[in-house]
Amino acid sequence: MSDNTQQTKIQVRGLSKVFGNQPKKALELRDQGLKRPEILEKTGQTLGLSNISFDVKEGELLVIMGLSGSGKSTLIRCLNRLIEPTEGDIIIGGENIPKLSDKELLECRRRHFSMVFQHFALFPHRTVQLNAEYGLEIRGVDKAERAQKAAAALKQVGLDGWEDAYPSQLSGGMQQRVGLARALANDSTVLLMDEAFSALDPLIRKDMQQELLELQHRMKKTTIFITHDLDEALNIGDRIILLKDGEIVQIGTPEEILTQPADDYVARFIEGVDMSRVLTAAHAMRPVRATAKIDDGPRTVLHKLSENSLDSIYVTSRERKLVGLIEAEVANRAAREGKNTMEGLISDDFPRVGPDEPLHNLFAMFTEKSFPIAVVDEDQRLLGVVVKGAVLAELAEAGEH
Amino acid sequence: MAIDIPRIPLGDWIEGGLDFLTSEYSIVTRGISRFTQTGINALNDALMWLPEWALMALVALLCWRLSGARLAIGSVLGLLLIWNLGLWDPMIESLTLVVIATIVAVVIALPLGILAAVSDRFYSLIMPVLDFMQTMPAFVYLIPAIPFFGIGSVSAIFATVIFSMPPAIRFTTLGIRQVPKDLVEAADAFGSTRSQKLIKVQLPLSLPTIMAGINQTIMLALSMVVIAAMIGADGLGNEVWKAIQRLRPGDGFEAGIAVVILAMILDRLTQALRKTKRAK
Repeated sequence: MSDNTQQTKIQVRGLSKVFGNQPKKALELRDQGLKRPEILEKTGQTLGLSNISFDVKEGELLVIMGLSGSGKSTLIRCLNRLIEPTEGDIIIGGENIPKLSDKELLECRRRHFSMVFQHFALFPHRTVQLNAEYGLEIRGVDKAERAQKAAAALKQVGLDGWEDAYPSQLSGGMQQRVGLARALANDSTVLLMDEAFSALDPLIRKDMQQELLELQHRMKKTTIFITHDLDEALNIGDRIILLKDGEIVQIGTPEEILTQPADDYVARFIEGVDMSRVLTAAHAMRPVRATAKIDDGPRTVLHKLSENSLDSIYVTSRERKLVGLIEAEVANRAAREGKNTMEGLISDDFPRVGPDEPLHNLFAMFTEKSFPIAVVDEDQRLLGVVVKGAVLAELAEAGEH
Repeated sequence: MAIDIPRIPLGDWIEGGLDFLTSEYSIVTRGISRFTQTGINALNDALMWLPEWALMALVALLCWRLSGARLAIGSVLGLLLIWNLGLWDPMIESLTLVVIATIVAVVIALPLGILAAVSDRFYSLIMPVLDFMQTMPAFVYLIPAIPFFGIGSVSAIFATVIFSMPPAIRFTTLGIRQVPKDLVEAADAFGSTRSQKLIKVQLPLSLPTIMAGINQTIMLALSMVVIAAMIGADGLGNEVWKAIQRLRPGDGFEAGIAVVILAMILDRLTQALRKTKRAK
């Protein structure tokens, strides 16, 4: 997930924002260790963001998460200076955004940033096609090229055929696809998504998250995604920045946030998370106590079963590849019938999953016979097994944090 | 005990100012006067040159395309009545004055309205001025118009423009300020310049509101053009004025009805225009 070899796309250092007319005074008090409510009481200034530093890596999907009032919207707007930061540096492509002149800022916005908005912010007087062309149009890209690029972007979000419709004729989910296409067509280096899916209903929202992940996987576009929804953050984020009262509480991968919450605030925050969607088969996996070899006879298999008090055993080839499963009952019958090999008696009817499979999906796989679920890697080598009890134990343990 | 406070010579000051303007800037006012008079004559001649039936057909077509058969039939019936009453020529004269005054008013009002929308300082500066312009009794504008432009149609246009301009300014400002904040933010986020933002987003979206302002301006212009008969403007107002002087209420009402008909046609037409814009 987080890979140290990735290049840094944006560096944010010491970014602060004070809303009010005496920002200096507020920052002084902040440096004396006062917090947002005290500063507001003493000076009437609102400390929107305080000393925010982080890196955005090339090609990652970074989620900035926080409740309302945490400063996440302010933060994303400081990046392209829709809101003027009070102090701090934002470095992208060798340029320090807060220091840019108006003209340079315009150029920087055109080259680097496209934004997708919570309430879509589509231009109602323009068709879907012309909405998607907007960014290119104001840059002076010629007509044929922008038409072609916008059409390609619309196709990417599955809206080909809707070019001539007006936004008001589209459903919410489709409108936001137009918003996404408008941002993609622009071919900027960073995609800013401000609560982009929050206004959509839950089912459509899940679809859009999935599509964003696919798009992102395909295009490797650096994306900064704002949300107040932890499930969404965990679902799509390569890394997550948790904001509270204008300060960073924790930066980490979804797993780090869940398994090593930085403080009580984060811990309380993740309490409500459905851990079964986050933890994977690899978390609940146990090493295999015993396996049968492919040329073991019935009696050897029976011996291994009773030795380890098992009801069934997985069979592997010499390369440790998973071949199948033998149930105790079947081995018993074969022994009574005096067979020398298990050939033809190895069952193929058992569940197998990859290590990244969410635990959530495993529940349904436990059949009444209750075989352990085999966890295999890409080469079908047996990594371990998951038994029903282990899933529950892992969830219980995670819930205790 | 009465304290003897000298009367503030407000009127003298204003007169002094006007005298100064008329004597120092007579070249300017005479230039404006000649230019405007040429415009009035040209438009008036053109409308007069058209035979009555042609203009009626034109109006009917316009009404039918923009609104529907009902407005077209109503307009033609109204115009036929005016023709029948022998008020066709004064009606054309009034129409000319309204059209010219509206064009001048809108040309001045649009940039001012835009400026007031983007600059809070200009907004707070111009709003009291607009209040002043709208609440000052309309007749008062007629008085300074005469020293500037003499008796006649140009003075009428001058007074009409001042009287009818405020709604166009107000509605333009309102329309632009009412454009949803997130659309303006979106335009900014993609790196629009100020003028791109204005032309591609703010103006198109405020067009229905601006049209409502222009509609108001036309209505005010029509009412002022009638009053301007007092300083020698031609048209239906002049017919009313003559009827008052000769104590002939019948003639006065006939001319008044013609004004109402003209007003309704202009009003319905501009509203229909606004609705077709909005329907998109």
